Amino acid sequence: MNIPIITPIQSTTLETKDVKTITFAHPAPVIPGQFYMIWIPGVDEIPMSVSRITLKTKAITFRDVGDATHQLFQLNAGSHIGIRGPYGNGFTIAGKHLLFVGGGTGIAMLAPAIEHARKQKVKTTVIIGVKTHQELFFEQHMKRTGATVYVTTDDGSYGEKGFASDLAATVLKKEHIDAVYTCGPELMMKTLHKLCKHIRFQASLERYMKCAMGLCGQCCVGDGLRVCVDGPIFDGTTLQKITDFGKYHRDAAGRKIMYK
Amino acid sequence: MVDISTTIGSLRIKNPTMLASGIMDEDAGSMHRMIRSGAGAIVTKSIGLHAREGYPNPTVLELEYGLLNAMGLPNPGIDAYEDELQLLKKSRVPIIGSIYGATPDEFARLADTMQHCGAAAVELNVSCPHAKHYGMEVGCDTQLLYKIVTAVTEQVTIPVFVKISPNVTNIVEIASAAEQGNADAIVAINTVKAMKIDLETRQPILANKTGGYSGRAIKPIGVRCIYDLAQHIKLPLIGVGGITTGQDAVEYFMAGASAVQLGSAVYYRGPDVFRAVCTELKDWMSAHGYTNVSQLVGAALP
Repeated sequence: MNIPIITPIQSTTLETKDVKTITFAHPAPVIPGQFYMIWIPGVDEIPMSVSRITLKTKAITFRDVGDATHQLFQLNAGSHIGIRGPYGNGFTIAGKHLLFVGGGTGIAMLAPAIEHARKQKVKTTVIIGVKTHQELFFEQHMKRTGATVYVTTDDGSYGEKGFASDLAATVLKKEHIDAVYTCGPELMMKTLHKLCKHIRFQASLERYMKCAMGLCGQCCVGDGLRVCVDGPIFDGTTLQKITDFGKYHRDAAGRKIMYK
Repeated sequence: MVDISTTIGSLRIKNPTMLASGIMDEDAGSMHRMIRSGAGAIVTKSIGLHAREGYPNPTVLELEYGLLNAMGLPNPGIDAYEDELQLLKKSRVPIIGSIYGATPDEFARLADTMQHCGAAAVELNVSCPHAKHYGMEVGCDTQLLYKIVTAVTEQVTIPVFVKISPNVTNIVEIASAAEQGNADAIVAINTVKAMKIDLETRQPILANKTGGYSGRAIKPIGVRCIYDLAQHIKLPLIGVGGITTGQDAVEYFMAGASAVQLGSAVYYRGPDVFRAVCTELKDWMSAHGYTNVSQLVGAALP
């Protein structure tokens, strides 16, 4: 059976004015980078990467951006959502010094990977890039793991002024980094990918997803790679062959939408 | 030496496992992958004149014995899809363009474009069980179906396949209308109209409420339909519905099918299912002394 299971929300946390974390009971093992399909009955079902992993509970952290996330944002402890998953491949975390680069809400899904790396006592550097200070979340949470955390803001309202990818380039020059992990706007990830020709690289891709079971083809990239089953995490070598990476994605009808 | 190539009218395919419409076929890259996975032919996503987003999620569920889906015919529209088909022009296997419409004229226009884009055949989707004004709604009206098939066969020179629904009282009557319209083959069956209700929320899980049931659970229904059709229809038949192993394919051949299509099996056994089914088919045939698929076709008929 692969159907949503109605689950009560255990708790919610407001991270910023439009970013929320929802925690629910889910004892299944989850690999950082994997995702759930979250059903909001009567509205939609959307993919959401896991943002917190404990033995008995899991969490998702998301921005109120569309119809489905807006409805989800209104829910509180005691409300019910449908859960199925986890789906996808997840990150492969290995190396002596790792760099994590999260753009926008990207830090949410990198957080469990960072926590995992720190539990293994791996030296970890984190760059969180946001447009402005008000959009920043998980900074303290990441610092508490013992990682070195940098913040960039586009407008300079906090941390370093500029893009996360620019700071990443500086870090890559100064430090010996074994692997880079990223999630965020695709053009940012594309820029990072170019910086990581000789460094292990893993990026989490986002595509319009329907079945999440590897059947409908809606989320396919490159030569038939399914983001829902073969991804959402792709390594640098694979991304090299995905010609649509950083160029376009597809809408619900399968029409190409160019990134700009 | 076992030969598993087969023919559907004038169309020859190197193996009898075709990719069913709606699975991994919205863009050229996905179809390339299914070709690499060993599919003998590819049937495209059902394409209409205009882009269509389909239904909200949930769109696909796995139930105890099969899959339930209501995608809602999502597709980028024939003009945008031409770009995908151009990328497949050098393909080693035949591409069969699946099309849907509401009127004979719409079907004829779509078929014409598919032929122009290099499609080896067209498959008329007159059987989708969950799209208002399309699919089953046109395919259950024998007079309209006759007009649609006639309009298409008069428009194009490539073979015309008609994919029909099991959700009817008399499937032979529907196939006969297609035969009279000069169709070249019948594809049976599309999914079986079905529903799944969530007990906690007391509501159907699929956003569209009803959907089409596929996979192993419907194989006996498909086999029965092919068996009935084979006794009353002179056209080649293509069997679809729950084919997951080589022996499933043998069963459909014995009922009267000349080729089969796989869809849900891609979920159960992964994209490489085509190669696996072909290997199993060859093994079964050689163990039972068959050398050619045609020796099996209709073997169970009275």
